[in-house]
Amino acid sequence: MGTVAVRGLRKSFGKVQALDGVTLDIPDGSFFVVLGPSGAGKTTTLRAIAGLEQLDAGSVHLDGRDATGDSPAARDLAMVFQNYALYPRHTAYENIASPLRARRCSSSEIAAAVERMSSLLHIEGLLQRRPAQLSGGEMQRVALARALVRHPRAFLMDEPLTNLDLKLRVEMRTELTRIHRSLGATFVYVTNDQVEALSMADQVAVLREGKVQQVGTPAEVYERPANQWVAGFVGSPPISLLACHAEGDRLVGAEGWTLPRPRWTTAEDGRPLLLGLRAEDLSVEQRGDASLPGELYGLEPLGDRTVVDVRVGTQILKVKARTTVTGTPGERLLVTVDLDRAHLFDAGTGLALSEAGR
Amino acid sequence: MALSVDEAVSTGPAGDHTPPSRRFGGRGRAVLEVALLTVLAVVMLFPVLWMIETSIKENRDVYAIPAKFFDFKVTMEHFKDVFVASGGGRSTLSASFLNSVLVAGVSTALATVLGVPAAWAYSRFAVKAKKDQLFFILSTRFMPPVVVVIPIFLMYRQVGLIDTKLGLILIYTAFNVPFTIWMMKGFVDEVPAEYEDAAMLDGYTRLQAFRRFTLPLLLPGIAATAVFALIFSWNEFVFAIFLTSSDDVRTAPPAIAGLIGGTTVDWGLVAAASVVFALPVLVFAYLVRKHLVAGVTLGAVRR
Repeated sequence: MGTVAVRGLRKSFGKVQALDGVTLDIPDGSFFVVLGPSGAGKTTTLRAIAGLEQLDAGSVHLDGRDATGDSPAARDLAMVFQNYALYPRHTAYENIASPLRARRCSSSEIAAAVERMSSLLHIEGLLQRRPAQLSGGEMQRVALARALVRHPRAFLMDEPLTNLDLKLRVEMRTELTRIHRSLGATFVYVTNDQVEALSMADQVAVLREGKVQQVGTPAEVYERPANQWVAGFVGSPPISLLACHAEGDRLVGAEGWTLPRPRWTTAEDGRPLLLGLRAEDLSVEQRGDASLPGELYGLEPLGDRTVVDVRVGTQILKVKARTTVTGTPGERLLVTVDLDRAHLFDAGTGLALSEAGR
Repeated sequence: MALSVDEAVSTGPAGDHTPPSRRFGGRGRAVLEVALLTVLAVVMLFPVLWMIETSIKENRDVYAIPAKFFDFKVTMEHFKDVFVASGGGRSTLSASFLNSVLVAGVSTALATVLGVPAAWAYSRFAVKAKKDQLFFILSTRFMPPVVVVIPIFLMYRQVGLIDTKLGLILIYTAFNVPFTIWMMKGFVDEVPAEYEDAAMLDGYTRLQAFRRFTLPLLLPGIAATAVFALIFSWNEFVFAIFLTSSDDVRTAPPAIAGLIGGTTVDWGLVAAASVVFALPVLVFAYLVRKHLVAGVTLGAVRR
């Protein structure tokens, strides 16, 4: 068992409200990612679960039992810190053994467990080194081994890959997913990297300024963002948002363009809306009946594809295209919109319009 | 402490007080610097040299006029007199040296035992009005001892601590605890709190985490702080002379001062006692330098 639930967490640091009523339900065995920009309260949430933070209000439940007042040791959790927090005077071996020593395991048990972990994470040769003699990636593995060496209720990971270079990060992503699958344990993983969130998570909770914006599978968060902010935060290049309103069976843009009104929108005429269009749902290469006139603003070749910046009125649309696309800035072109995959938000509240009809 | 002051003063003038328009060339400037430093060194070191010389001169040479700088007879008599009474047995001076060791040692140990955990708490925990509390703690060091010695004297008389070693130990501890808290808070701040967080998740209690993982990293800082506290207690004169009177309680500073002032002054004995008194401070000052440079070893945290 390893369910984690937090109810109405509130915590302020001076005048900063770090957590403002955070409620999450983390199912047993899931890879649960808490995603948000820096300062969103992700780490504070994780530390609250670990028992390292005194809460102003709210409760933490582990396996259905209220553990709010419990000491970190009593909660039976393991954590990987962003800066690894390896004990500097201890060897890698002693670092990994520490959770077992604290729980008074016999030295033969410890030796066996450390050996198992070091072969799982390929750090057999590093066990007698001290943290100062390890590279970033090696420290990361030792920190991971220290967390994984026990079988706690859940593993808490605080941006564990942030300090690694890109290649290692991609490698460790795969590795962590593999480890999660083989252990079947609950992972609570904090990150500000949406790629990590989308690629690793079973469930994503998007956090902003201490409030949960949306909880769902990566696909749900990406395909059905709950509000304008989530739509803008998740996805790269970022979603393009155009001001518009409905008028009969048309969507009329503030810049003068019109598009057929998507069948599923329920918004009444005249209500100010934001049309959200992801780069991959736009095209400059195909023709369709829904299109926006614009002019080429610039090209960003990314190797596998090219992002075409198209100016529509005063706004820039990001359009994904094949690398073969060419053009000169200022050239007039039509951007074809896949309206079935477009998003509409209320311009006032930022909330997504009901998509019940979709 | 005295050593570091020397250094700070002696390097200052040559660099700072040369107006840019009249700046000397590299060589002239170097010569001036060396000259100034030499003058300063002589001024600062001559009393020390004279003290050492006097401590090994025979009495005849001590009082010789004109003073003898080089051709005197070396004797260890004065050093013997520091420790051995004239009729045999232990001298009163040696007793006061022992008192100094006891008072300075115990007060330093107490200040460390009280101050280090307090510094840790101030560094790690959200304490109400933390800044005000720390300022209040520091403010007890603002006033020179002379200002508070009369009230302390009256209070000590009331509670019977006058002329006791315990009284001196308590007052030195009271002076060293704020110092220890402030010095140690800096050292604790340098050790990332994550070590303790990690240890608590490993299954240790907060105190075990502190003792096993943070404390070892603080040892150099504790050593440096304790040495400073020790030097303060060892050198302290004002409280010692006001709050003690009998020979078996007196510490060395008032005891040595007491040698001066009779009809005749045994300068050889005063000098020898001063040398003996200064040695531990010199040794410890040297240790402090090393420890302060070493600082706290920070290991596995990427910042």
